[in-house]
Amino acid sequence: MIRFRNVTKHYPRSGTALDDVTFRVRKGEFVFLRGPSGAGKTTILRLTHMEIAPTEGEVSVSRYSSTRIRRRDIPQLRRRVGYVFQDFRLLERLTAAENVAFALQVTGAARSVIRPKVKRLLGHVGLASRASAYPSELSGGERQRVAIARALATDPLVLLADEPTGNLDERASFGVCELFRQLNGLGTAVILATHDSTLLRRYSDMRVLELEGGRLVYDSASDEASRPHRPRSTVLPIFELVEATGTSREATLAEGAVDEPLPGEKQTGPGP
Amino acid sequence: MRALREALTSLVRRPLLATLSITSIGLSLFIVGLFGLTAHNIARALATVEEKVEIVAYLIDEIGETQLRLVRSEIGAFPEVESVEYVSKTEALYNASRELTEFSDVFPDVDVNPLPASLEIRLQPGHRNPDAVSAVATRLSTYDFVEDVRFGREWVNRIHTLRRIAGGAALVLGGSFALVAMLLVGTAVRMSIHARSTEIGIMENVGATAGFIQRPFLVEGLITGVLGALMALVLTFAAYRVLNGAVLAVLWLPDAWIAAGVILGALLGMLAAGRSVRGELRSLYAI
Repeated sequence: MIRFRNVTKHYPRSGTALDDVTFRVRKGEFVFLRGPSGAGKTTILRLTHMEIAPTEGEVSVSRYSSTRIRRRDIPQLRRRVGYVFQDFRLLERLTAAENVAFALQVTGAARSVIRPKVKRLLGHVGLASRASAYPSELSGGERQRVAIARALATDPLVLLADEPTGNLDERASFGVCELFRQLNGLGTAVILATHDSTLLRRYSDMRVLELEGGRLVYDSASDEASRPHRPRSTVLPIFELVEATGTSREATLAEGAVDEPLPGEKQTGPGP
Repeated sequence: MRALREALTSLVRRPLLATLSITSIGLSLFIVGLFGLTAHNIARALATVEEKVEIVAYLIDEIGETQLRLVRSEIGAFPEVESVEYVSKTEALYNASRELTEFSDVFPDVDVNPLPASLEIRLQPGHRNPDAVSAVATRLSTYDFVEDVRFGREWVNRIHTLRRIAGGAALVLGGSFALVAMLLVGTAVRMSIHARSTEIGIMENVGATAGFIQRPFLVEGLITGVLGALMALVLTFAAYRVLNGAVLAVLWLPDAWIAAGVILGALLGMLAAGRSVRGELRSLYAI
Protein backbone atom coordinates (compact mmCIF):
# COMPACT_ATOMS: atom_id res chain seq x y z
CA MET A 1 0.00 0.00 0.00
CA ILE A 2 2.84 2.37 0.85
CA ARG A 3 6.13 1.99 -0.94
CA PHE A 4 9.32 4.00 -0.71
CA ARG A 5 11.73 3.19 -3.54
CA ASN A 6 15.26 4.58 -3.17
CA VAL A 7 13.87 7.79 -1.77
CA THR A 8 16.21 10.68 -1.09
CA LYS A 9 15.00 14.01 0.19
CA HIS A 10 17.30 16.96 0.11
CA TYR A 11 16.33 20.32 1.59
CA PRO A 12 18.14 23.32 0.09
CA ARG A 13 19.03 24.78 3.50
CA SER A 14 19.27 21.90 5.90
CA GLY A 15 20.76 19.32 3.56
CA THR A 16 19.87 15.66 3.17
CA ALA A 17 16.95 14.58 5.38
CA LEU A 18 16.51 11.14 3.84
CA ASP A 19 19.09 9.11 2.00
CA ASP A 20 18.18 6.26 -0.36
CA VAL A 21 15.40 4.80 1.76
CA THR A 22 13.44 1.79 0.55
CA PHE A 23 10.65 0.01 2.44
CA ARG A 24 7.10 -1.09 2.08
CA VAL A 25 4.12 -0.97 4.43
CA ARG A 26 1.23 -3.28 3.75
CA LYS A 27 -2.42 -2.71 4.42
CA GLY A 28 -3.33 -3.00 8.07
CA GLU A 29 0.29 -3.03 9.29
CA PHE A 30 1.42 -1.20 12.42
CA VAL A 31 4.85 0.32 12.02
CA PHE A 32 6.92 2.35 14.44
CA LEU A 33 9.38 4.84 12.98
CA ARG A 34 12.15 5.11 15.51
CA GLY A 35 15.07 7.48 15.64
CA PRO A 36 16.43 10.60 17.25
CA SER A 37 15.31 14.10 16.28
CA GLY A 38 16.43 14.93 12.76
CA ALA A 39 16.70 11.27 11.74
CA GLY A 40 14.09 11.70 9.01
CA LYS A 41 10.92 10.37 10.67
CA THR A 42 8.79 13.43 9.95
CA THR A 43 10.16 13.61 6.41
CA ILE A 44 8.91 10.06 5.79
CA LEU A 45 5.46 11.00 7.11
CA ARG A 46 5.33 14.19 5.04
CA LEU A 47 6.41 12.32 1.93
CA THR A 48 3.68 9.74 2.55
CA HIS A 49 1.14 12.55 3.02
CA MET A 50 2.53 14.12 -0.20
CA GLU A 51 3.23 17.44 1.45
CA ILE A 52 6.66 17.29 -0.12
CA ALA A 53 8.09 15.41 -3.09
CA PRO A 54 11.19 13.25 -2.99
CA THR A 55 14.34 14.66 -4.56
CA GLU A 56 15.08 11.20 -5.94
CA GLY A 57 13.18 7.94 -5.97
CA GLU A 58 9.45 7.35 -5.73
CA VAL A 59 6.83 7.28 -3.01
CA SER A 60 3.64 5.35 -3.75
CA VAL A 61 0.52 5.42 -1.59
CA SER A 62 -2.32 3.19 -2.73
CA ARG A 63 -2.77 4.12 -6.41
CA TYR A 64 -1.00 7.47 -6.12
CA SER A 65 2.64 7.94 -7.03
CA SER A 66 4.79 10.95 -6.18
CA THR A 67 6.11 10.99 -9.75
CA ARG A 68 2.71 11.10 -11.42
CA ILE A 69 0.27 12.66 -8.97
CA ARG A 70 -1.48 15.82 -10.14
CA ARG A 71 -1.99 18.70 -7.76
CA ARG A 72 -5.76 18.38 -7.92
CA ASP A 73 -5.55 14.70 -6.87
CA ILE A 74 -3.73 15.41 -3.63
CA PRO A 75 -6.92 16.24 -1.64
CA GLN A 76 -8.25 12.80 -2.57
CA LEU A 77 -5.02 11.19 -1.36
CA ARG A 78 -5.16 13.14 1.90
CA ARG A 79 -8.61 11.72 2.60
CA ARG A 80 -7.09 8.24 2.46
CA VAL A 81 -4.12 9.15 4.66
CA GLY A 82 -4.97 10.53 8.11
CA TYR A 83 -2.38 12.61 9.94
CA VAL A 84 -2.09 13.13 13.68
CA PHE A 85 0.27 15.77 15.09
CA GLN A 86 2.11 16.04 18.35
CA ASP A 87 0.41 19.38 19.09
CA PHE A 88 -3.13 18.10 18.26
CA ARG A 89 -4.01 21.12 16.06
CA LEU A 90 -7.58 21.41 17.22
CA LEU A 91 -9.70 24.50 16.65
CA GLU A 92 -10.13 26.01 20.09
CA ARG A 93 -13.43 27.71 19.28
CA LEU A 94 -15.07 24.41 18.34
CA THR A 95 -16.22 21.61 20.63
CA ALA A 96 -14.79 18.10 20.36
CA ALA A 97 -17.73 17.04 18.18
CA GLU A 98 -17.44 20.16 16.00
CA ASN A 99 -13.72 19.58 15.51
CA VAL A 100 -14.44 16.10 14.18
CA ALA A 101 -17.40 17.34 12.14
CA PHE A 102 -15.15 20.02 10.62
CA ALA A 103 -13.16 17.40 8.71
CA LEU A 104 -16.38 15.99 7.30
CA GLN A 105 -17.84 19.38 6.42
CA VAL A 106 -14.79 20.56 4.52
CA THR A 107 -14.58 17.35 2.54
CA GLY A 108 -18.17 17.73 1.40
CA ALA A 109 -19.97 15.12 3.53
CA ALA A 110 -23.75 15.38 3.61
CA ARG A 111 -25.25 16.91 6.74
CA SER A 112 -27.29 13.78 7.38
CA VAL A 113 -24.08 11.74 7.45
CA ILE A 114 -22.05 14.04 9.69
CA ARG A 115 -24.00 13.81 12.95
CA PRO A 116 -24.14 10.03 13.33
CA LYS A 117 -20.59 9.63 12.07
CA VAL A 118 -19.17 12.13 14.56
CA LYS A 119 -21.02 10.34 17.35
CA ARG A 120 -19.61 7.01 16.21
CA LEU A 121 -16.05 8.34 15.86
CA LEU A 122 -16.09 9.95 19.30
CA GLY A 123 -17.40 6.64 20.62
CA HIS A 124 -14.48 4.84 18.95
CA VAL A 125 -11.95 7.03 20.71
CA GLY A 126 -13.72 6.85 24.08
CA LEU A 127 -15.00 10.40 24.16
CA ALA A 128 -18.74 9.98 23.63
CA SER A 129 -19.45 11.77 26.89
CA ARG A 130 -17.08 14.67 26.10
CA ALA A 131 -18.58 15.62 22.73
CA SER A 132 -19.61 19.10 23.78
CA ALA A 133 -16.39 19.95 25.63
CA TYR A 134 -14.03 22.54 24.17
CA PRO A 135 -10.35 21.63 23.71
CA SER A 136 -9.41 23.85 26.65
CA GLU A 137 -11.63 21.70 28.85
CA LEU A 138 -9.97 18.46 27.78
CA SER A 139 -6.82 16.76 29.02
CA GLY A 140 -3.87 16.26 26.66
CA GLY A 141 -4.78 12.62 26.09
CA GLU A 142 -8.39 13.54 25.36
CA ARG A 143 -7.32 16.23 22.91
CA GLN A 144 -5.18 13.76 21.06
CA ARG A 145 -8.12 11.37 20.89
CA VAL A 146 -10.25 14.12 19.33
CA ALA A 147 -7.46 14.69 16.81
CA ILE A 148 -7.39 10.96 16.06
CA ALA A 149 -11.18 10.91 15.62
CA ARG A 150 -10.84 13.82 13.20
CA ALA A 151 -8.11 12.00 11.26
CA LEU A 152 -10.42 8.99 11.02
CA ALA A 153 -13.36 11.03 9.72
CA THR A 154 -12.51 10.49 6.05
CA ASP A 155 -12.08 6.71 6.51
CA PRO A 156 -8.34 6.66 5.81
CA LEU A 157 -6.44 3.53 4.83
CA VAL A 158 -3.54 4.60 6.97
CA LEU A 159 -3.00 6.85 9.98
CA LEU A 160 0.28 8.74 10.19
CA ALA A 161 1.16 9.92 13.67
CA ASP A 162 4.07 12.27 14.26
CA GLU A 163 5.19 11.98 17.89
CA PRO A 164 1.53 11.76 18.99
CA THR A 165 2.54 11.14 22.60
CA GLY A 166 5.20 13.85 22.71
CA ASN A 167 3.03 16.19 24.79
CA LEU A 168 1.48 13.52 27.00
CA ASP A 169 2.38 11.89 30.28
CA GLU A 170 3.15 8.19 30.38
CA ARG A 171 -0.34 7.01 31.19
CA ALA A 172 -1.97 9.18 28.52
CA SER A 173 0.72 8.12 26.03
CA PHE A 174 -0.05 4.52 26.67
CA GLY A 175 -3.79 5.14 26.30
CA VAL A 176 -3.28 6.89 22.94
CA CYS A 177 -1.00 4.12 21.68
CA GLU A 178 -3.50 1.52 22.73
CA LEU A 179 -6.12 3.42 20.76
CA PHE A 180 -3.88 3.30 17.68
CA ARG A 181 -3.42 -0.41 18.24
CA GLN A 182 -7.15 -0.98 18.53
CA LEU A 183 -7.81 1.06 15.38
CA ASN A 184 -5.15 -0.97 13.64
CA GLY A 185 -6.98 -4.07 14.79
CA LEU A 186 -10.01 -2.77 12.91
CA GLY A 187 -7.98 -2.62 9.68
CA THR A 188 -6.40 0.82 9.53
CA ALA A 189 -2.65 0.79 8.95
CA VAL A 190 -0.67 2.94 11.37
CA ILE A 191 2.75 4.52 10.99
CA LEU A 192 3.76 6.08 14.26
CA ALA A 193 6.92 8.16 14.54
CA THR A 194 8.41 8.32 18.02
CA HIS A 195 11.65 8.47 19.90
CA ASP A 196 9.99 7.39 23.14
CA SER A 197 11.97 4.28 24.14
CA THR A 198 9.52 3.34 26.91
CA LEU A 199 6.74 3.18 24.37
CA LEU A 200 8.83 1.16 21.95
CA ARG A 201 9.73 -1.34 24.65
CA ARG A 202 6.06 -1.81 25.48
CA TYR A 203 5.20 -2.53 21.86
CA SER A 204 8.26 -4.53 20.99
CA ASP A 205 6.18 -7.03 19.01
CA MET A 206 5.37 -4.38 16.41
CA ARG A 207 7.39 -3.72 13.28
CA VAL A 208 10.05 -1.06 13.75
CA LEU A 209 11.85 0.99 11.12
CA GLU A 210 14.88 2.67 12.61
CA LEU A 211 16.33 5.80 11.08
CA GLU A 212 19.64 7.43 11.72
CA GLY A 213 20.90 10.52 9.94
CA GLY A 214 18.35 10.05 7.16
CA ARG A 215 19.25 6.42 6.48
CA LEU A 216 17.10 3.40 7.22
CA VAL A 217 19.40 1.38 9.43
CA TYR A 218 17.04 -1.29 10.73
CA ASP A 219 13.77 -2.90 9.69
CA SER A 220 12.52 -5.44 12.18
CA ALA A 221 10.50 -7.16 9.48
CA SER A 222 13.48 -8.00 7.28
CA ASP A 223 16.25 -7.98 9.89
CA GLU A 224 14.56 -10.33 12.33
CA ALA A 225 17.48 -12.75 12.33
CA SER A 226 20.04 -10.14 13.14
CA ARG A 227 17.73 -8.32 15.54
CA PRO A 228 19.21 -7.72 18.98
CA HIS A 229 17.33 -9.25 21.91
CA ARG A 230 14.33 -7.18 22.88
CA PRO A 231 11.79 -7.85 25.63
CA ARG A 232 8.38 -9.03 24.46
CA SER A 233 5.34 -6.80 24.64
CA THR A 234 4.29 -5.59 28.03
CA VAL A 235 1.00 -4.18 26.76
CA LEU A 236 -1.73 -4.23 29.39
CA PRO A 237 -5.39 -4.10 28.34
CA ILE A 238 -6.19 -0.93 30.27
CA PHE A 239 -7.99 0.81 27.44
CA GLU A 240 -11.26 -0.38 26.17
CA LEU A 241 -12.86 0.74 22.95
CA VAL A 242 -16.33 1.98 23.58
CA GLU A 243 -17.50 0.61 20.29
CA ALA A 244 -15.05 -2.04 19.17
CA THR A 245 -16.79 -3.35 16.12
CA GLY A 246 -15.44 -5.52 13.33
CA THR A 247 -12.95 -8.34 13.45
CA SER A 248 -9.20 -8.25 13.31
CA ARG A 249 -7.71 -8.27 9.84
CA GLU A 250 -4.34 -9.34 11.19
CA ALA A 251 -4.67 -12.83 9.76
CA THR A 252 -4.96 -11.47 6.24
CA LEU A 253 -2.18 -8.97 6.73
CA ALA A 254 0.62 -11.40 7.41
CA GLU A 255 3.99 -10.94 5.75
CA GLY A 256 3.66 -11.43 1.99
CA ALA A 257 -0.06 -10.86 1.81
CA VAL A 258 -1.17 -9.25 -1.40
CA ASP A 259 -2.58 -5.71 -1.17
CA GLU A 260 -6.30 -5.90 -1.44
CA PRO A 261 -8.86 -3.14 -1.45
CA LEU A 262 -10.76 -2.35 1.69
CA PRO A 263 -14.52 -2.39 1.37
CA GLY A 264 -15.53 0.67 -0.61
CA GLU A 265 -12.05 1.36 -1.94
CA LYS A 266 -11.79 1.56 -5.71
CA GLN A 267 -8.65 0.22 -7.31
CA THR A 268 -8.54 2.33 -10.40
CA GLY A 269 -5.70 4.08 -12.12
CA PRO A 270 -2.03 3.23 -11.98
CA GLY A 271 -1.05 1.13 -9.03
CA PRO A 272 1.96 1.77 -6.82
CA MET B 1 -23.83 28.86 0.33
CA ARG B 2 -21.13 27.64 2.71
CA ALA B 3 -18.67 30.12 1.20
CA LEU B 4 -21.17 32.95 1.81
CA ARG B 5 -21.75 31.82 5.39
CA GLU B 6 -18.01 31.50 6.04
CA ALA B 7 -17.34 34.91 4.49
CA LEU B 8 -20.05 36.60 6.57
CA THR B 9 -18.82 34.82 9.71
CA SER B 10 -15.30 36.02 8.96
CA LEU B 11 -16.51 39.61 8.53
CA VAL B 12 -18.62 39.46 11.70
CA ARG B 13 -15.83 37.83 13.69
CA ARG B 14 -13.46 40.68 12.88
CA PRO B 15 -15.79 43.70 12.92
CA LEU B 16 -13.03 46.27 13.23
CA LEU B 17 -11.09 44.92 10.27
CA ALA B 18 -14.30 44.50 8.26
CA THR B 19 -15.44 48.05 9.01
CA LEU B 20 -12.01 49.40 8.15
CA SER B 21 -11.87 47.66 4.77
CA ILE B 22 -15.49 48.47 3.87
CA THR B 23 -14.95 52.13 4.87
CA SER B 24 -11.70 52.26 2.89
CA ILE B 25 -13.27 50.93 -0.27
CA GLY B 26 -16.35 53.08 0.44
CA LEU B 27 -14.32 56.29 0.72
CA SER B 28 -12.22 55.41 -2.33
CA LEU B 29 -15.31 54.74 -4.40
CA PHE B 30 -16.93 57.88 -2.95
CA ILE B 31 -14.12 59.90 -4.53
CA VAL B 32 -14.77 58.03 -7.78
CA GLY B 33 -18.50 58.75 -7.29
CA LEU B 34 -17.89 62.47 -6.74
CA PHE B 35 -15.75 62.55 -9.82
CA GLY B 36 -18.42 60.65 -11.70
CA LEU B 37 -20.99 63.22 -10.62
CA THR B 38 -18.72 66.02 -11.83
CA ALA B 39 -17.90 64.23 -15.07
CA HIS B 40 -21.58 63.54 -15.72
CA ASN B 41 -22.50 67.17 -15.23
CA ILE B 42 -19.59 68.38 -17.39
CA ALA B 43 -20.63 65.91 -20.07
CA ARG B 44 -24.19 67.18 -19.96
CA ALA B 45 -23.01 70.80 -20.18
CA LEU B 46 -20.74 69.94 -23.09
CA ALA B 47 -23.56 68.16 -24.86
CA THR B 48 -25.70 71.29 -24.53
CA VAL B 49 -22.92 73.41 -26.01
CA GLU B 50 -22.24 70.83 -28.70
CA GLU B 51 -25.87 70.99 -29.80
CA LYS B 52 -25.10 74.51 -30.90
CA VAL B 53 -22.25 73.40 -33.14
CA GLU B 54 -23.39 74.04 -36.71
CA ILE B 55 -21.86 74.33 -40.13
CA VAL B 56 -22.87 77.25 -42.31
CA ALA B 57 -22.48 76.78 -46.06
CA TYR B 58 -22.76 80.13 -47.89
CA LEU B 59 -24.34 79.82 -51.32
CA ILE B 60 -23.66 81.67 -54.55
CA ASP B 61 -26.41 84.12 -55.61
CA GLU B 62 -27.01 82.28 -58.88
CA ILE B 63 -28.39 79.13 -57.33
CA GLY B 64 -31.85 78.28 -58.64
CA GLU B 65 -34.94 76.99 -56.80
CA THR B 66 -34.74 73.46 -58.17
CA GLN B 67 -31.05 73.20 -57.53
CA LEU B 68 -31.57 74.41 -53.97
CA ARG B 69 -34.27 71.82 -53.30
CA LEU B 70 -32.07 69.06 -54.66
CA VAL B 71 -29.02 70.07 -52.72
CA ARG B 72 -30.97 70.42 -49.44
CA SER B 73 -32.29 66.89 -49.73
CA GLU B 74 -28.86 65.58 -50.76
CA ILE B 75 -27.11 67.16 -47.77
CA GLY B 76 -29.97 66.12 -45.47
CA ALA B 77 -29.28 62.53 -46.49
CA PHE B 78 -25.69 62.60 -45.14
CA PRO B 79 -25.58 60.13 -42.25
CA GLU B 80 -23.90 62.72 -39.99
CA VAL B 81 -26.49 65.41 -40.66
CA GLU B 82 -29.39 66.00 -38.28
CA SER B 83 -31.04 69.02 -39.98
CA VAL B 84 -30.54 71.46 -42.82
CA GLU B 85 -32.04 74.96 -42.56
CA TYR B 86 -32.14 77.33 -45.50
CA VAL B 87 -31.56 81.00 -44.69
CA SER B 88 -32.40 83.24 -47.64
CA LYS B 89 -30.60 86.50 -48.41
CA THR B 90 -33.55 88.46 -47.01
CA GLU B 91 -33.63 86.43 -43.80
CA ALA B 92 -29.88 86.87 -43.46
CA LEU B 93 -30.26 90.65 -43.69
CA TYR B 94 -33.13 90.62 -41.21
CA ASN B 95 -31.14 88.50 -38.77
CA ALA B 96 -28.10 90.71 -39.14
CA SER B 97 -30.11 93.85 -38.47
CA ARG B 98 -31.51 92.25 -35.30
CA GLU B 99 -28.27 90.86 -34.02
CA LEU B 100 -25.96 93.72 -35.00
CA THR B 101 -27.98 96.57 -33.45
CA GLU B 102 -25.12 99.09 -33.80
CA PHE B 103 -25.57 98.87 -37.61
CA SER B 104 -29.39 98.85 -37.51
CA ASP B 105 -29.51 102.32 -39.07
CA VAL B 106 -27.37 101.27 -42.03
CA PHE B 107 -29.28 98.17 -43.14
CA PRO B 108 -32.48 99.90 -44.40
CA ASP B 109 -30.35 102.16 -46.61
CA VAL B 110 -28.47 99.49 -48.57
CA ASP B 111 -29.60 99.15 -52.17
CA VAL B 112 -28.24 95.73 -52.75
CA ASN B 113 -28.37 93.03 -50.11
CA PRO B 114 -24.69 92.09 -49.69
CA LEU B 115 -25.36 89.01 -47.51
CA PRO B 116 -25.42 85.57 -49.16
CA ALA B 117 -28.06 82.92 -48.66
CA SER B 118 -26.86 79.96 -46.61
CA LEU B 119 -27.57 76.47 -45.39
CA GLU B 120 -27.26 75.96 -41.59
CA ILE B 121 -26.42 72.35 -40.95
CA ARG B 122 -26.65 70.66 -37.55
CA LEU B 123 -24.99 67.31 -37.00
CA GLN B 124 -26.23 64.20 -35.25
CA PRO B 125 -24.97 63.55 -31.66
CA GLY B 126 -21.75 61.56 -31.91
CA HIS B 127 -20.75 63.44 -35.08
CA ARG B 128 -20.04 66.75 -33.42
CA ASN B 129 -16.35 66.12 -32.80
CA PRO B 130 -13.74 68.15 -34.70
CA ASP B 131 -12.90 65.39 -37.18
CA ALA B 132 -16.52 64.72 -38.15
CA VAL B 133 -17.34 68.41 -38.44
CA SER B 134 -14.27 69.00 -40.63
CA ALA B 135 -15.10 66.04 -42.84
CA VAL B 136 -18.66 67.27 -43.48
CA ALA B 137 -17.39 70.82 -44.09
CA THR B 138 -14.85 69.54 -46.64
CA ARG B 139 -17.56 67.60 -48.47
CA LEU B 140 -19.80 70.67 -48.57
CA SER B 141 -17.03 72.86 -49.98
CA THR B 142 -16.73 70.57 -53.01
CA TYR B 143 -20.17 71.69 -54.26
CA ASP B 144 -19.92 74.31 -57.03
CA PHE B 145 -22.71 76.47 -55.65
CA VAL B 146 -21.13 76.63 -52.18
CA GLU B 147 -19.03 79.76 -51.93
CA ASP B 148 -17.68 79.29 -48.43
CA VAL B 149 -18.05 77.01 -45.41
CA ARG B 150 -17.72 78.16 -41.76
CA PHE B 151 -18.05 76.07 -38.65
CA GLY B 152 -16.30 77.72 -35.68
CA ARG B 153 -13.34 75.36 -35.75
CA GLU B 154 -11.87 76.93 -32.59
CA TRP B 155 -14.98 76.27 -30.52
CA VAL B 156 -15.32 72.72 -31.61
CA ASN B 157 -11.69 72.04 -30.76
CA ARG B 158 -11.93 73.70 -27.35
CA ILE B 159 -15.04 71.80 -26.36
CA HIS B 160 -13.42 68.54 -27.24
CA THR B 161 -10.17 69.35 -25.49
CA LEU B 162 -12.20 70.03 -22.34
CA ARG B 163 -14.01 66.75 -22.68
CA ARG B 164 -10.75 64.85 -23.22
CA ILE B 165 -9.24 66.46 -20.12
CA ALA B 166 -12.32 65.55 -18.08
CA GLY B 167 -12.23 61.97 -19.37
CA GLY B 168 -8.48 61.61 -18.79
CA ALA B 169 -8.70 63.01 -15.26
CA ALA B 170 -11.57 60.65 -14.48
CA LEU B 171 -9.50 57.73 -15.72
CA VAL B 172 -6.34 58.69 -13.82
CA LEU B 173 -8.01 59.75 -10.55
CA GLY B 174 -10.61 56.98 -10.63
CA GLY B 175 -7.93 54.42 -11.48
CA SER B 176 -5.66 55.64 -8.67
CA PHE B 177 -8.38 55.48 -6.09
CA ALA B 178 -9.56 52.12 -7.33
CA LEU B 179 -5.99 50.86 -6.96
CA VAL B 180 -5.82 52.15 -3.38
CA ALA B 181 -9.16 50.49 -2.64
CA MET B 182 -7.92 47.21 -4.11
CA LEU B 183 -4.78 47.30 -1.99
CA LEU B 184 -6.86 47.87 1.13
CA VAL B 185 -9.31 45.07 0.39
CA GLY B 186 -6.41 42.81 -0.55
CA THR B 187 -4.74 43.53 2.77
CA ALA B 188 -7.95 42.83 4.67
CA VAL B 189 -8.40 39.50 2.89
CA ARG B 190 -4.74 38.67 3.49
CA MET B 191 -5.28 39.31 7.19
CA SER B 192 -8.35 37.07 7.12
CA ILE B 193 -6.29 34.32 5.56
CA HIS B 194 -3.61 34.71 8.24
CA ALA B 195 -6.22 34.75 10.98
CA ARG B 196 -7.55 31.44 9.67
CA SER B 197 -4.22 29.82 8.90
CA THR B 198 -4.79 27.01 11.45
CA GLU B 199 -8.16 26.25 9.91
CA ILE B 200 -6.68 26.30 6.43
CA GLY B 201 -3.89 23.98 7.56
CA ILE B 202 -6.44 21.50 8.94
CA MET B 203 -8.54 21.72 5.78
CA GLU B 204 -5.47 20.99 3.69
CA ASN B 205 -4.55 18.20 6.05
CA VAL B 206 -7.87 16.38 5.79
CA GLY B 207 -8.23 16.88 2.03
CA ALA B 208 -10.57 19.82 1.38
CA THR B 209 -10.21 20.88 -2.24
CA ALA B 210 -8.27 24.04 -3.10
CA GLY B 211 -11.44 25.69 -4.47
CA PHE B 212 -13.30 24.91 -1.28
CA ILE B 213 -10.56 26.55 0.78
CA GLN B 214 -10.24 29.62 -1.46
CA ARG B 215 -13.92 30.38 -2.15
CA PRO B 216 -14.89 32.01 1.19
CA PHE B 217 -12.06 34.54 0.83
CA LEU B 218 -13.17 35.49 -2.68
CA VAL B 219 -16.74 35.89 -1.43
CA GLU B 220 -15.42 37.99 1.46
CA GLY B 221 -13.75 40.31 -1.07
CA LEU B 222 -16.93 40.43 -3.11
CA ILE B 223 -19.08 41.34 -0.08
CA THR B 224 -16.57 43.97 1.05
CA GLY B 225 -16.56 45.47 -2.44
CA VAL B 226 -20.36 45.58 -2.73
CA LEU B 227 -20.82 47.03 0.77
CA GLY B 228 -18.10 49.60 0.05
CA ALA B 229 -19.81 50.55 -3.22
CA LEU B 230 -23.16 50.95 -1.45
CA MET B 231 -21.52 53.12 1.18
CA ALA B 232 -19.96 55.22 -1.60
CA LEU B 233 -23.37 55.52 -3.24
CA VAL B 234 -24.96 56.84 -0.05
CA LEU B 235 -22.12 59.36 0.45
CA THR B 236 -22.27 60.49 -3.19
CA PHE B 237 -26.04 60.96 -2.94
CA ALA B 238 -25.58 63.03 0.22
CA ALA B 239 -22.99 65.18 -1.58
CA TYR B 240 -25.38 65.59 -4.53
CA ARG B 241 -28.19 66.74 -2.23
CA VAL B 242 -25.94 69.32 -0.56
CA LEU B 243 -24.55 70.63 -3.87
CA ASN B 244 -27.88 70.62 -5.65
CA GLY B 245 -29.62 72.67 -2.97
CA ALA B 246 -26.89 75.12 -2.06
CA VAL B 247 -24.63 75.74 -5.04
CA LEU B 248 -26.15 75.06 -8.43
CA ALA B 249 -28.46 72.77 -10.32
CA VAL B 250 -26.68 69.43 -10.40
CA LEU B 251 -27.87 66.33 -12.22
CA TRP B 252 -27.94 62.97 -10.38
CA LEU B 253 -26.09 60.02 -11.89
CA PRO B 254 -27.85 57.82 -14.43
CA ASP B 255 -29.00 54.38 -13.19
CA ALA B 256 -26.55 52.62 -15.50
CA TRP B 257 -23.65 54.46 -13.86
CA ILE B 258 -24.88 53.47 -10.39
CA ALA B 259 -25.17 49.83 -11.43
CA ALA B 260 -21.70 50.05 -13.01
CA GLY B 261 -20.34 51.51 -9.73
CA VAL B 262 -21.70 48.63 -7.64
CA ILE B 263 -20.42 46.09 -10.16
CA LEU B 264 -17.06 47.88 -10.14
CA GLY B 265 -16.96 47.65 -6.33
CA ALA B 266 -17.77 43.93 -6.47
CA LEU B 267 -15.13 43.36 -9.13
CA LEU B 268 -12.51 45.36 -7.25
CA GLY B 269 -13.22 43.35 -4.10
CA MET B 270 -13.06 40.05 -5.96
CA LEU B 271 -9.90 40.95 -7.85
CA ALA B 272 -8.17 42.17 -4.71
CA ALA B 273 -9.23 39.03 -2.82
CA GLY B 274 -8.18 36.84 -5.75
CA ARG B 275 -4.75 38.43 -5.78
CA SER B 276 -4.32 37.85 -2.04
CA VAL B 277 -5.62 34.30 -2.25
CA ARG B 278 -3.21 33.54 -5.10
CA GLY B 279 -0.36 35.08 -3.13
CA GLU B 280 -1.09 33.58 0.26
CA LEU B 281 -2.46 30.21 -0.78
CA ARG B 282 -0.21 29.52 -3.75
CA SER B 283 1.46 26.67 -1.89
CA LEU B 284 -1.86 24.91 -1.37
CA TYR B 285 -1.29 21.27 -2.33
CA ALA B 286 2.00 22.16 -3.99
CA ILE B 287 4.62 19.47 -3.53
